[in-house]
Amino acid sequence: MHSLNEVGKYSSLLYQALRSSTEFGTYRKNLFQELVKVGYDSVPIIILTGIFTGSVMTLQSAYQLQSAFIPLSTIGAIVSESILIELAAVISSLVLAGKVGARVATELGTMRVSEQIDALESMGFNSVSFLVVPRVLAGILMFPVLYIVASVTGIGGGLAAGFFSGTVPPSDFLQGARTYFYPWNVIFGFTKMFVFGFIITSVSCYKGYYARGGAEGVGQSTTNATVLSCIFVLLADFILAALLL
Amino acid sequence: MIEIKNLTKRFGDLLVWEDVSFKVEDGETLAIIGRSGCGKSVLMKHINALLYPDTGKVLIDGRDIHALDYVDLRKQRQKFGVLFQGSALFDSINTFENVAFPLRYFTNQTEEEIHENVMKSLTYVNLEDSANKETSELSGGMRKRVGLARAIVLEPNYIMYDEPTSGLDPQTADEINGLINAMSETFDVTSIVITHDMHSVLEVADKVAFLDQQKLSWFGTISEMRNSNHKELVDFVSASEYQIKAG
Repeated sequence: MHSLNEVGKYSSLLYQALRSSTEFGTYRKNLFQELVKVGYDSVPIIILTGIFTGSVMTLQSAYQLQSAFIPLSTIGAIVSESILIELAAVISSLVLAGKVGARVATELGTMRVSEQIDALESMGFNSVSFLVVPRVLAGILMFPVLYIVASVTGIGGGLAAGFFSGTVPPSDFLQGARTYFYPWNVIFGFTKMFVFGFIITSVSCYKGYYARGGAEGVGQSTTNATVLSCIFVLLADFILAALLL
Repeated sequence: MIEIKNLTKRFGDLLVWEDVSFKVEDGETLAIIGRSGCGKSVLMKHINALLYPDTGKVLIDGRDIHALDYVDLRKQRQKFGVLFQGSALFDSINTFENVAFPLRYFTNQTEEEIHENVMKSLTYVNLEDSANKETSELSGGMRKRVGLARAIVLEPNYIMYDEPTSGLDPQTADEINGLINAMSETFDVTSIVITHDMHSVLEVADKVAFLDQQKLSWFGTISEMRNSNHKELVDFVSASEYQIKAG
C-alpha cells in the first residue's frame, strides 16, 4: 500500500512537471545552471571512471585471453564494444547517481524542510516548474553527452593500458575496435543514458521534493534517492537490453 | 477580507482541528494563538492554500481559494506576503537577490527600478547596509527582517507572520513587533500573526483567535481577551504573563 502511494505521488509529480514544462520563462535560468552542474561539473569524475574502467577491462581481458590462437585485436574489440554497449552507460550512471542524484535530493530536501519550497509557492511560483523541470531536463540532455566522454576516455584508457603494460599494441587494439564496431551499439548507449538521466534526476527530485523532518529527514531522502536510482538504473538496463538487443 | 468557514483538517487519523470559523476584516491584525502543536501553522497554510482542508472553505475577498485552478491560485497567492518561522530565505543567493526575487519574476521592472524597490524594502526593515551579505552571514533577527522585506516588496494586501518573534532576544523581538505595527499602519495591510508569544499579541493584535482542544476555542478583541473568564484562555494567557514577569 505504501509503495502504491509512493508510485502515485511520483507519477503525479512527473505529470505536474510535464504540464509545467511549457513555462520556460520560469526555469530558463535554472536550466542553464543545472546543465553546468549535471554536465560540465561531472566531466572530471566521468573521465576518471572511463579511464579506469577501460584500463582494467584491457588488463583483465589480456590476462584471460592469453592464447596463441586468439589474436590480440580481440582484446580491443571486447574492450571497446563492452564500453560502448554497457560499461560507459551503466558505470557512469551508478557514479552519477551518487554525484548528481545525491546533490539534487539534498538541495530539494533542504529547501523543503527549511520551508523554501513553501515560500516559493506562497509567492505564486510554480515550484515544480522552477525546481524539478530544469533538473530533470538537465539529466536528460547531459547524460548522453557524458556518455560520449565516458566512451572516449574508456576506450582511450584501454588503449593506453594495453600499450603501457605491453599486452596489446595500439595498432591491434584499434584494429579490433574498428572491425567489430556497430553504430547501433552507440545508439543503444545513448538511449540508455537518456533513460538513466531521466530516472536518476526524477527519482532524486521526488525524494527531495517530498522530504520530511529536519537534517535526518534530508539525509534519509538522499540515501533513498541514491539507492533507488541505482536499483532503477540496473532494472532499466535489463529491460532496455531485453527490448532493444 | 479573509473569511474562514467551518474548516476541518485531519492528517490520517489525527484530527488537527474541526469546524473552525472566523473573519479577518480589511486592515485588521489577527493573532492566532495556542499551545505548540495545536495546528496554528497548519491553519496559516490553509489560508494561502499551501494545504487543503478536509471540509470547509477559506474565502479571500469572497473567493474560495481552494476552489481556484492553479493559475488563479498563483495570482491569488501574490496578494499575500508570508514571513515563515525560519524566514525561508533562499540560501543560494544573497540578501539583495532574495528581496529582488519576486520582482524579477512577477514584474517587468528594469534593473534600476528593482534596485530602487529592493533598497526601499531593506531600508524599511533597517537593513540597507546588509544588501550584499550572504544569508549565512545574517543573525536570526536579521533573517526575519530580510524575510519581511521580501514579503512586502510586491506590496501585498495580506501579510502572514509565522512565529515572527520565536528564537529572538526580547529587544529584537520588540523591533519585529514594531515592524509589524508599522506595516499595518503604513501599507494598510490585513495581517495574521501566528504566535504563542503573548507579549507580541498584546503589542500587535486587534483580535485574537485561540486554538485549543482541536477547535477554535475562543475568538475576540484584545480587550475582550483581557476580561474573558474562558478557563483555558485565562490559563494560557496567565502562563505567558508569568513567563514574561519571570523573564
